[in-house]
Amino acid sequence: MSLLSVRDLVVKFAMRDQTVTALNGISFDLNRGERMGIVGESGAGKSITGFAILNLISRPGFIDSGHVMFDGMDLAHTSDKALRTIRGNRIAMIFQDPMVTLNPVLTIGQQMVETLQAHRSLTRRDAEKIAVAKLREVYIPAPEERLQQYPHELSGGMRQRIIIAIALLLDPQLIIADEPTTALDVTIQADIMELLLELCQSNNVSLILITHDLGVVSQMTERTLVMYAGRIIESGRTRAIINDPQHPYTQGLIKALPQQTLPGERLKQIPGNMPALSAIPPGCPFNPRCEYTVDRCRTTIPELVRVGPVEVACHEVQRMNRDTETEEQTA
Amino acid sequence: MRGDDIGQPLLEIRHLEKRFALDQGFLETLRFRKGHITRERREVHAVNDVSLGIARGEALCVVGESGCGKSTVARLIAGLLTPSSGSVHYDGTRIDTLSGRALRPFRRKMQMIFQNPYASLNPRMTIQQTLEEPVRNHFHGLPRAQVEDKVAEVMRAVGVDPNWAKRYPHEFSGGQRQRIAIARALTVDPDFVVADEPISALDVSIQAQVLNLMLEAKDERGLTYLFITHDLSVVQHFGTRVAVLYLGTLCELADTATLFANPRHPYTKALLSAVPQLKDDHPNHIRLRGEIPTPINMPTGCPFKSRCSYANDRCGAEQPRPLRQPDGALVACHAVEEDRLG
Ligand SMILES: Nc1ncnc2c1ncn2[C@@H]1O[C@H](COP(=O)(O)OP(=O)(O)O)[C@@H](O)[C@H]1O
Ligand SMILES: Nc1ncnc2c1ncn2[C@@H]1O[C@H](COP(=O)(O)OP(=O)(O)O)[C@@H](O)[C@H]1O
Ligand code: SF4
Ligand SMILES: [Mg+2]
Ligand SMILES: [Mg+2]
Repeated sequence: MSLLSVRDLVVKFAMRDQTVTALNGISFDLNRGERMGIVGESGAGKSITGFAILNLISRPGFIDSGHVMFDGMDLAHTSDKALRTIRGNRIAMIFQDPMVTLNPVLTIGQQMVETLQAHRSLTRRDAEKIAVAKLREVYIPAPEERLQQYPHELSGGMRQRIIIAIALLLDPQLIIADEPTTALDVTIQADIMELLLELCQSNNVSLILITHDLGVVSQMTERTLVMYAGRIIESGRTRAIINDPQHPYTQGLIKALPQQTLPGERLKQIPGNMPALSAIPPGCPFNPRCEYTVDRCRTTIPELVRVGPVEVACHEVQRMNRDTETEEQTA
Repeated sequence: MRGDDIGQPLLEIRHLEKRFALDQGFLETLRFRKGHITRERREVHAVNDVSLGIARGEALCVVGESGCGKSTVARLIAGLLTPSSGSVHYDGTRIDTLSGRALRPFRRKMQMIFQNPYASLNPRMTIQQTLEEPVRNHFHGLPRAQVEDKVAEVMRAVGVDPNWAKRYPHEFSGGQRQRIAIARALTVDPDFVVADEPISALDVSIQAQVLNLMLEAKDERGLTYLFITHDLSVVQHFGTRVAVLYLGTLCELADTATLFANPRHPYTKALLSAVPQLKDDHPNHIRLRGEIPTPINMPTGCPFKSRCSYANDRCGAEQPRPLRQPDGALVACHAVEEDRLG
């Protein structure tokens, strides 16, 4: 049975002159210990998905409809009090900026002990012992000394390690990491990702990794959701999506990477920009930028449909696939 | 010694150094030493004895972790900062000591593009005004019609509809603003463009658009680039040569193909191994251990020694100099010189 099951999730923002839809019917399942990536350009709705899972959408945003089933509970329709026992405890969240989570005026030790004592009845000494053990788990040298330090005394990479240690404090079943290494140097990013992977595997923790970096998704996850303008437009095994992307947008994203073109040659670019929420075109949201657009794309929204090993929301992919199937049957 | 072997360079820096004084209270600067009170100002050693040349038509990429001095090098070259020592030469003329009138022609020939186009565009000026300003500045007395032609020409060249010229920067997306920033650099017909992380803030599909634009400008206008980025796949695509900086010091300088096929310096090796690969399931990422030093307390010997697994006594005592390798690459590493890297 899956650990997390999101169904038809719709998130809207009530703006002054209109209400816009930021998430438009998101559905997916995540198994225990499974690692899933969410990719897409900025504004696609990746972070909103993370926040909506934890029912952390605040005004002017709201969950309009849908369900977030976590271990038998619907987090989209649960009291704040009950949610507090889930957030930071059974589901942990890691953000790009460690200072969102860290309090600048408290030492690392105070923050870790506070977090532990908020959810467990532990003495200060026992809480500190757990804190030191977790810091050691994320390879922080001299963990006892770190407890006395303030966040500003540590490097960016060290802070993000501490965030991971804090996320692990209460042995969560799911970690949602939103661009956790985007601000870090590539050597530090590689260390942190390796660490996160190792910890998820050894503790059987599920991971939702939100990133714009297809390389990171490829190294870290088993399954991937590709989002565009508030919808999932492709999902499936990460390998399948990277090696043989089906949706024209996913294809475009991968082809646009510099390593896909010979040095010095023009990159294959996707024309235009992702639309603002207030200007999403009718039909397929990608249709103005797509090279395969036909009339139907401008009028009818394509549903996610299984095509080979992945699910794709594209009329043309589905048509081409039907055509080959018919050919195979007649042959 | 000049950094490399490229004939008469368009741009050259020699033994370039930049130190920034740290903001400190007066009392914090006092030290008691050998029975005397002395005053010691602490400094950030942002750039340390860097020499290199850039040939006409090249795109030299500068890589390295944040804080290693990339932007400082860019600003020193573009004349936005004055070197603490060393020199900057443009087409054979030393320019870091010039000012006022003497500097003007170089100001036109060298243009700079920044990471955040919003910060570098004046929010109260229309695109037309933004693009006209440098033309009027550098081509005094050019008739109005020609100024407008020039502006329309560059707008078309960067793919921004000239009909939008009356709009303000906030009405454009990040990618379009970066196009406008590039357009502004191109209005004055530069020869040399310093671009400091010009696509780092953009999405992948928009990065491709802007990178193509810069490649086009290179081919069609014969531009020479100094291109700063932390994205190694962009370096491999865009750069003709690569300079790797660590703690304000040049550790490797090589042709792009050479560097990616055969990185020599232990830091370059680690850097390349850390890039997440799209298709390779089994990356052999070299983990770097050890403290990252700050450019305030510059270590003696090799700046990379605290994280290097090949460091020995010599690395602790003596700073390695850039030495030429058989294939032309410059590498500053004792282990490479002594051939103990294997
Ligand atoms: N507080 C808010 N008010 C209005 N719109 C918002 C708010 N937060 C996010 N949005 C919109 O929701 C969309 C999705 O945002 P987000 O999930 O942050 O995208 P990303 O994929 O970059 O993480 C964006 O278009 C953004 O403008
Ligand atoms: N104006 C300044 N005053 C003091 N220190 C500075 C200043 N500009 C840069 N630095 C310092 O110089 C070093 C190099 O900075 P920078 O050139 O911006 O690095 P990069 O662009 O590689 O990230 C850093 O330690 C930075 O903090
Ligand atoms: S000089 Fe020594 S410390 Fe520096 S990179 Fe080479 S082996 Fe490592
Ligand atoms: Mg986001
Ligand atoms: Mg910089």
